[in-house]
Amino acid sequence: MFDLDRWREIFQSISKNKLRSVMSGFTVAFAILLFTLLFGIVSGLSNSFKDAFADDAQNSMFVRVWKTSKPYKGLQTGRRIQLKNNDFDYVKDEYDSNIELLTARVNRNVNISYKNNQDNYSLRAVHPDHQFLEKTIIDEGRYINQRDLKEKAKVIVIGRLVKEDLFGEKPALWKRVNVNGISYQIIGIFSDDGGDNEERMTYMPITTAQMIYGNNDEINSISIGYNPDLSLDEAIAFGNKLERDLRKKLNIHPDDQSALRVQNMAEANKGVGTFMLALYFIVIFIGSGTLVAGIIGISNIMIFVIKERTKEFGIRKALGAQPSSIVGMVVQESVLITTIAGYLGLSLGTYILSQIGDSLEDYFITNPSVSPGIVIGATVVLILSGLIAGYVPAKRAAKIKPIVALRAD
Amino acid sequence: MIEIKKLHKSYPIGKDSLHVLKGIDLHIKEGEFVSIMGSSGSGKSTLLNIVGLLDEHDEGEYYLNGKLIKNLNEKKAAILRNKFLGFVFQSFNLISYKTALENVALPLYYKGVPRKERLKIAMEYLDKVELKDWANHLPNELSGGQKQRVAIARALVTKPKVVLADEPTGALDSTTTDNVMDLLRDINDEGMTVFVITHEEEVAAQTKRIVRLKDGIIISDNLTSKSKAV
Repeated sequence: MFDLDRWREIFQSISKNKLRSVMSGFTVAFAILLFTLLFGIVSGLSNSFKDAFADDAQNSMFVRVWKTSKPYKGLQTGRRIQLKNNDFDYVKDEYDSNIELLTARVNRNVNISYKNNQDNYSLRAVHPDHQFLEKTIIDEGRYINQRDLKEKAKVIVIGRLVKEDLFGEKPALWKRVNVNGISYQIIGIFSDDGGDNEERMTYMPITTAQMIYGNNDEINSISIGYNPDLSLDEAIAFGNKLERDLRKKLNIHPDDQSALRVQNMAEANKGVGTFMLALYFIVIFIGSGTLVAGIIGISNIMIFVIKERTKEFGIRKALGAQPSSIVGMVVQESVLITTIAGYLGLSLGTYILSQIGDSLEDYFITNPSVSPGIVIGATVVLILSGLIAGYVPAKRAAKIKPIVALRAD
Repeated sequence: MIEIKKLHKSYPIGKDSLHVLKGIDLHIKEGEFVSIMGSSGSGKSTLLNIVGLLDEHDEGEYYLNGKLIKNLNEKKAAILRNKFLGFVFQSFNLISYKTALENVALPLYYKGVPRKERLKIAMEYLDKVELKDWANHLPNELSGGQKQRVAIARALVTKPKVVLADEPTGALDSTTTDNVMDLLRDINDEGMTVFVITHEEEVAAQTKRIVRLKDGIIISDNLTSKSKAV
């Protein structure tokens, strides 16, 4: 294989027959270019999907309540369901081993003012675990802790945009602000990947909120981070059981979807996983189709090229070339052209993808790129296809008797 | 050198077959300068192709250099051609994208001679056909006579036992024809067996033995005056 003379013959044959070399190379380069772009764009789509679910932890579940839509045990339709602290404690005690993170939530709209600046904001009163479930990123200070809960401390954590509204460029940490007329200390400033709305949020200890807003033990929802050791199916089963148990506890009809529901990210994850899998199958199908089209293209050109060179092969055979040397020469030439052309197509494709970068994010394509595995796989397919595309017609050409080949024009 | 006994060859044409060679007996000794004469369709080219191992015979025996040629596969035929035979064709059959020098050196490549050496040998043979100055020209930059001289240099470069020339002057004018025939005679004078196929009397007359073919049969086999002169 590594025969300098052979390579010299091949380079001469390629460089003296530029048109046909460029033609066959172009087919392959174009097929690989399309292949690369296709895979890159799908990886971009897949990145967007991952980002879209990046707001909340992947292993989260939400317990939400509304009004009943079915009568049950003598209780009428339209009854408003209210979660309370004892429901939270029930979840905590019953499912301890399945739960990694747990928080309740009380939602309020509040007016916050600092000096002459003031505006209305959403407030979430929560447990400390909420930080990890919501993937809240603390930029300054700290999040709510157990001690705040215990002391019902008048402290809040404000979003990056709230801080900008009220304080502009000035420092806000440890300053006191007025929330609905009561003075609170800012203990932390956070940011969130979930978008502007999330960053216009404020957090306070749930115990403080329950004491100040109605002095009761009501909560609006419960968020759970299930144990990450659970498989998707186990997590889904856990969510279903939790839903049944809570409906039973709150005297709700077992099938009443609009009274209480456990929204389980495990189900969404499973759905997204299935969707991405289907997408990948489609892409692999189309991508291999593109490759096959490229291979057929180069095979056709090789057949033509070999027909054109039949007389040359006849001369070479009359001068003592063995059939194997003819086949070897053609195959090596074909492999060389496909490899170089494929590499060019691949490089161009990767370059285009890198130029696209984040500019197509509006079209749901984030940071498209191809993985090294796909690059290597495509290269192997290329070399193999060059091998086959050259081998089959060359074998046939080498079989032609020199006398017939010499007569060819 | 070449011994042929009762050689038959036919080509299938549709359902029928065309019987081209109908029992040829021919013995050519080493160092002979033989021409095969005959009109077109007489079977002379077929005979040359069989002698040159470019085609296979159907019946009879063919000994090349004392070796019986039978059931040769392509690989063995290629090796024998490379070792024993040199070809000169009517249409020159040079490879168009190679220079004169590279064309001459090609048989040595298939013989496995290293590049430097084969270019040196090829240059010697180009010098012999007086084309040293044209070594780096492509075939389409050469005249017909020059191309045929390059082809002859290529046929000689492996020092074959037999040079087979198929209408070597068919595409040349009379002056260059004489040049080429002089060259072939010089080769023969050096002791090489030369086997020429032609339909021109003047060309045949310059060889030492004329074998006439008609309808696949040898009708005469005579030594010429040239042979008596030696």
